[in-house]
Amino acid sequence: MMTLKVNGHDHQIESDPDTPLLYVLRDEIKLNAAKFGCGLGQCGACTVIVDGKAVLSCVTPVLLLEGKQVTTLEGLGTIDAPAPIQRAFMEEQAAQCGYCIAGMMMRAQALLQRNSKPTDEQIRVELEPNLCRCGTHMRILRAVHRAARLMDTADASSPMQGSAQ
Amino acid sequence: MTGLPRIIAGVIGGVVIAGAAAGFAVTWRPAIAAIDPPALASFDPALVKRGRELAAIGNCNDCHTVRGGKSFAGGLPVPTPFGTIYSSNITPDAATGIGRWSEQAFRRAMRSGVNRDGQHLYPTFPYDHFTHVSDQDDAALYAFLMTRPPVNAPPRANELSFPLDQRFVIAGWKLLFLRHGSFEPDSNKSAEWNRGAYLVEGLAHCGACHTPRNGLGAERPNAQFAGGDVDHWQAYPINAQSPAPVPWDAAALYAYLRQGFHPDHGTARGPMAEVVSNLSSVSESDVRAIATYMASVFGVPTPNQKNQGEAALAQAKSPAPVTLPSDPNATGASIYAAACATCHEAGRAVPYGGVNLALSTALSSPDPRNAVNIVLSGIRPVEGQRSPIMPGFAASMNDDQISALLRFLRARFSNQPPWSSVEKTVADARQTQTVFLQPSSGPHNAPADATQRDKP
Repeated sequence: MMTLKVNGHDHQIESDPDTPLLYVLRDEIKLNAAKFGCGLGQCGACTVIVDGKAVLSCVTPVLLLEGKQVTTLEGLGTIDAPAPIQRAFMEEQAAQCGYCIAGMMMRAQALLQRNSKPTDEQIRVELEPNLCRCGTHMRILRAVHRAARLMDTADASSPMQGSAQ
Repeated sequence: MTGLPRIIAGVIGGVVIAGAAAGFAVTWRPAIAAIDPPALASFDPALVKRGRELAAIGNCNDCHTVRGGKSFAGGLPVPTPFGTIYSSNITPDAATGIGRWSEQAFRRAMRSGVNRDGQHLYPTFPYDHFTHVSDQDDAALYAFLMTRPPVNAPPRANELSFPLDQRFVIAGWKLLFLRHGSFEPDSNKSAEWNRGAYLVEGLAHCGACHTPRNGLGAERPNAQFAGGDVDHWQAYPINAQSPAPVPWDAAALYAYLRQGFHPDHGTARGPMAEVVSNLSSVSESDVRAIATYMASVFGVPTPNQKNQGEAALAQAKSPAPVTLPSDPNATGASIYAAACATCHEAGRAVPYGGVNLALSTALSSPDPRNAVNIVLSGIRPVEGQRSPIMPGFAASMNDDQISALLRFLRARFSNQPPWSSVEKTVADARQTQTVFLQPSSGPHNAPADATQRDKP
């Protein structure tokens, strides 16, 4: 039994320590934003934020996460009060099938937390590990720029619950 | 002043003058007259095409191109124990490149490490190897470079401290270490072997990375191919001291150099990625020649090495045994099971599946650096190509966890004693990796001048 801190809450975890974080999030804590894509750390659909950095949850056993802060998309905003990154993706209509989008948003969020005004080139390089098969890349690029602008304005500056660090 | 003192003064004076004259003779090189950049049409397309292949064998684009920058425009920082040296612009730009260099000036740079103005070049430009390149091959390389698009890119100032920032000092280095014409074909060996030797010792300059260097930065002739350092990676020993679990042979070397991977060895990554990317574009026979020669440098494996190779191949085919909770490496084993085994024991073919780690040279090498680098930063896929991929774990594992994983991997997959310095290597690599992981706009192993590859 270990304690896992997700979106600001402590969870007692029953799974084995070598269980990938993705399974614990989805099956045990019932947070379904992070998606199972390839299970090999090659597509980015399972991306979450751990201590401020984008991490592939399908190849991250929970035993690595003792004392660390995990943030999932649910920790950024809600349907009623979406976070800037979520608003931006909606306003740019950046999702087609949407399967990759949670991972895209998490990696973009991690980028924006350390670089509030990334260039096109920096966004492209950062999001390279995340695959989108529908082809909404140009909209995703615009959405990340839009999120940067939204975060720059005072009313939308901090993500919900303040748990993404 | 009379008598003896005068004689002594005379002798001293004579020695000083002779010394100065000798020093002048050693260090001074004349400028070679500037030319107007030659017209493209003045070069035979067949010669240019041969020059392209030779430039790929020489891996010229690797040092002379900044990641994501214009081909051959120079400016890449090359870290050395003596300071940072920036590569030069070898496009035919008249102002900042070699546009005003005659073929004679180019040949002198290749052979003697002197630029057109008569200044000595630092031996980061491996003229200790290029001195063996034939006149015809220099002519082809010259034709190829002089027909590239000129790029205006002024040279960057080297970061060296006195006296190494004085170029005449290099003349002394050359006196000690530069040997012209020391490559002689061996008439007892096949033409293919001799072709390979000519390329490996000369233009391909394999020893520049794979041979250890002495305190003055020269390759140690008595330790040829015994392994060296390059850009925070270990260039493996590629002689009888090779730590590869399965001994190399000519066929495996050919496949590896040509395709960038071999099922018994894994994938070429780190600085070797650029090399194999370049070799994929040259004539098959030259790669075979390099493989043939290098196989003889590796030597025939001893019966012991052969047995170990067979054992490694057998281990790679069998599933890993269950580790007990009392195992001192239990943490590492758990990390391996969850984060690594899904790819490395899935049995999918290399290079798209991970190599079984029983075959990993990185894990059987005495130096853990390469394994640490790969675990931290992973393998980025190459834009626009089918290529291997591995996620990096720098963000999800702390130094203790990575060290635990590496200790487990070493114990489980090599028959070598534990590494003594894993923690320090991880901490050091993390420092350099933060530099490494800076977004770079270009692919990490751009093929040789890809936009031009299909043209003459």
